[in-house]
Amino acid sequence: MNLDAKVPSGPLAGKWEKRKFEGKLVNPSNKRKYRIIVVGSGLAGGGAAASLGELGYNVDCFCFQDSPRRAHSIAAQGGINAAKNYQNDGDSVYRLFYDTIKGGDFRSREANVYRLAEVSAAIIDQCVAMGVPFAREYGGVLDNRSFGGAQVSRTFYARGQTGQQLLLGVYSALSRQIDAGQVKMHTRTEMIDLVTVDGEAKGIVTRNLLTGEIESWAADAVILASGGYGPVFYLSTNAIGNNVTATFRAHKKGALFANPCYTQIHPTCIPVSGDHQSKLTLMSESLRNDGRIWVPKNVGDKRNSGEIPSNERDYYLERIYPSFGNLAPRDISSRQAKYACDEGRGVGSSGLGVYLDFQDAIERLGEDVIRQRYGNLFDMYERITGENAYQVPMRIYPAIHYTMGGLWVDYDLMSNVPGLFVLGEANFSDHGANRLGASALMQGLADGYFILPSTIAEYLVGTEPGAIGSDHEELKKAQVVANDRIKRLLSINGRRSASSFHRELGLLMWDKCGMARDADGLKSALESIPALREEFWENLNVPGSGDNLNRELEKAGHVADFLEFSELLVTDALTREESCGGHFREEHQTEEGEAMRDDDNFSFVSAWEYTGETPILHKEELEFEEVHLAVRSYK
Amino acid sequence: MDLTLRIWKQAHSRIKGRFETYQMFGVDPDMSFLEMLDVLNESLVEKGDEPVSFDSDCREGICGMCSLTINGVPHGSDKGGTVCQLHMRRFSDGETITIEPWRVSPFSILQDLTVDRSAFDRIIQAGGYITANTGTAADGNALPIPKEDADGAMDAAACIGCGACAASCPNGSAMLFVAAKVSHLAHLPQGAPERATRVMGMVSQMDEEGFGSCTNHAECEAVCPKEISVSHIAKLNREFIRAALKGSL
Repeated sequence: MNLDAKVPSGPLAGKWEKRKFEGKLVNPSNKRKYRIIVVGSGLAGGGAAASLGELGYNVDCFCFQDSPRRAHSIAAQGGINAAKNYQNDGDSVYRLFYDTIKGGDFRSREANVYRLAEVSAAIIDQCVAMGVPFAREYGGVLDNRSFGGAQVSRTFYARGQTGQQLLLGVYSALSRQIDAGQVKMHTRTEMIDLVTVDGEAKGIVTRNLLTGEIESWAADAVILASGGYGPVFYLSTNAIGNNVTATFRAHKKGALFANPCYTQIHPTCIPVSGDHQSKLTLMSESLRNDGRIWVPKNVGDKRNSGEIPSNERDYYLERIYPSFGNLAPRDISSRQAKYACDEGRGVGSSGLGVYLDFQDAIERLGEDVIRQRYGNLFDMYERITGENAYQVPMRIYPAIHYTMGGLWVDYDLMSNVPGLFVLGEANFSDHGANRLGASALMQGLADGYFILPSTIAEYLVGTEPGAIGSDHEELKKAQVVANDRIKRLLSINGRRSASSFHRELGLLMWDKCGMARDADGLKSALESIPALREEFWENLNVPGSGDNLNRELEKAGHVADFLEFSELLVTDALTREESCGGHFREEHQTEEGEAMRDDDNFSFVSAWEYTGETPILHKEELEFEEVHLAVRSYK
Repeated sequence: MDLTLRIWKQAHSRIKGRFETYQMFGVDPDMSFLEMLDVLNESLVEKGDEPVSFDSDCREGICGMCSLTINGVPHGSDKGGTVCQLHMRRFSDGETITIEPWRVSPFSILQDLTVDRSAFDRIIQAGGYITANTGTAADGNALPIPKEDADGAMDAAACIGCGACAASCPNGSAMLFVAAKVSHLAHLPQGAPERATRVMGMVSQMDEEGFGSCTNHAECEAVCPKEISVSHIAKLNREFIRAALKGSL
């Protein structure tokens, strides 16, 4: 298979302009003849659906929640980056591009990342026009902060609810298109298969979560913006409903899955409190601007934090990375927390936690300033742990937060299956092996608002609108297959709940394929996963029927896909014999314990083809025309 | 701790519901309320019984999906939070807890504790937006906005659309929700040309959905997980009167 990324030729800074100029356009009066399916209603999907509706296309948008306003983009707290240089602190498109590609450990596609930085400024303008209430200074101009390892202040924010406010902006634009009849919204409806006709994406199969009805939908193109696959680890900061089903089903229909082993572990989450835990709550990374991270210097020091004098505290990030200190990137901060806990210096009853201490900041700035900056986060922390972080340090521990891997796409965001476009967290292209803070919102909106609405035209021009009718045999066939699968899940009548399988899989993945990975652990996971999958199909119990709201059935479908997908993730991790970003292989580290990339042998995207047996690896070599690959140092 | 749960069970909107009683033993006080229900559900599933149906997604108090009335109070008695943020340490050993769905007629019961809140989406579709097609925007700093206006907009925009306001109101009014949406945009200069049509459209849709009127009980403010002030309802009323007068001139 020839993986052509279709990156335009010419200088980096001119590629997007060139692509927009050279790409074919759909005549305004022809747009209404096309029907486009969008799966997902977050920043990427909702943004694309609204923007395509504004352009005059007919859009069907699907989400599993009861309203498009609940997509998980809503949970992003910290902010959104943009190369506005409003602070006159030396920021530029090039700097945002360079920071992002360096942050991704040089494992992302250069041209895509540059374009992301290029459109970032327009995103802020668009959001302001939509009424997003970004934080402002007293003079009325937009406020910025430094965030997640950046040395310039380029992050725009709306208190600790930036994702919510951006999503409400998208949702309002989407609502306007729904009212105008351009977008038909299908809530509580889940995509359970992709339909291809002659190798091109021409529709999807869905299950109506309320009635259980299995339906098929024909379209001229299909856009997946269904988010990431973090919950393959069971516990993550993701929503309970997030799953890999839409992208994995597309993968089984031919779409290549790229870099599944690139998973991000966020350093600042509230530690696990017990077996009942259903999710982990993220405390925004912005806390690291004022909080100092430490553990006791001595192993086994179980004194209360206040009783440990400062000379017996190890502010390990400040010690190891003096220039970035507590703002060191996510992968590095997470791994250092793990090491501290592995050494027996972890805090809290489980020993799996480190302190994030605001005492110095409170002394310096006063409690009021800290309350103004982070009040809602401190409240949230107290609600969950019962502790007041103005008085005692927060306890934090890393948790799965974001997945950089996803379906392979070219420069136009089209997968290798013609007509199938993939946006936002669901694709792989912009964050390489590690995503920087405040970049996910940027990518979601860049893809949804600006990139896809422009690039999709080229594909549409080459297709006859409405060529595939809703009665096409491929749609009917896929519907039958989907129905059979539902029946199969319902007829196992075993003894274990879908959740119990999910929890077991998650523990296994976290243990063998989490913050640090080695060949032995990965190989043992490759033996355990098929065994667990086999048990699932023999011993699952799904009560109730398929013809009404049945959450156990939904969950079972998701877990079934996780049980297949996890094997691909582990296979990818095993094959990538280097450490980069969120993928840390114990065998590949420097003497100081830092990740060691192998640019000579692994400077490529791993794009996996589904075969039903051993997946086939296709490589897209990463070509860097502009940047020089460097060792990522934050010391 | 050990608990007795009285939970509303109803297969769908067309049949009558009833309370069922469940016993829970050894509940960990560090569990969230929804995790406690997860544990109940898992034990039901493993016995082959039907679990209790409730909505939840983000489980960190921002998506607005969870929607339980606990001992008569939407989202429970923990002020300024959603059900998913409520933890079991707020309850005591031996307590009986009554769990019901949102009860307000425009939200029909879909199953047990799951309700249909699409009425809120239709209210937004009736004008709760600024018309600004992608790509039409001027520079974000071209229009300075006083910090207090931006902060006032954000206070209202914090609404998560959960519906607790309507569920708590003796009149079944959705005024706090609509007020939050109208007030958010009315604080900002963007979208001013649509100011009058927006509020008229949204209020008329609210009435059409069958929500009641506001008679200043302020129960909504008391249960709002984002602590949105009823003063936004005053702002909504001013916006409505302004628009009505403008229309009649």
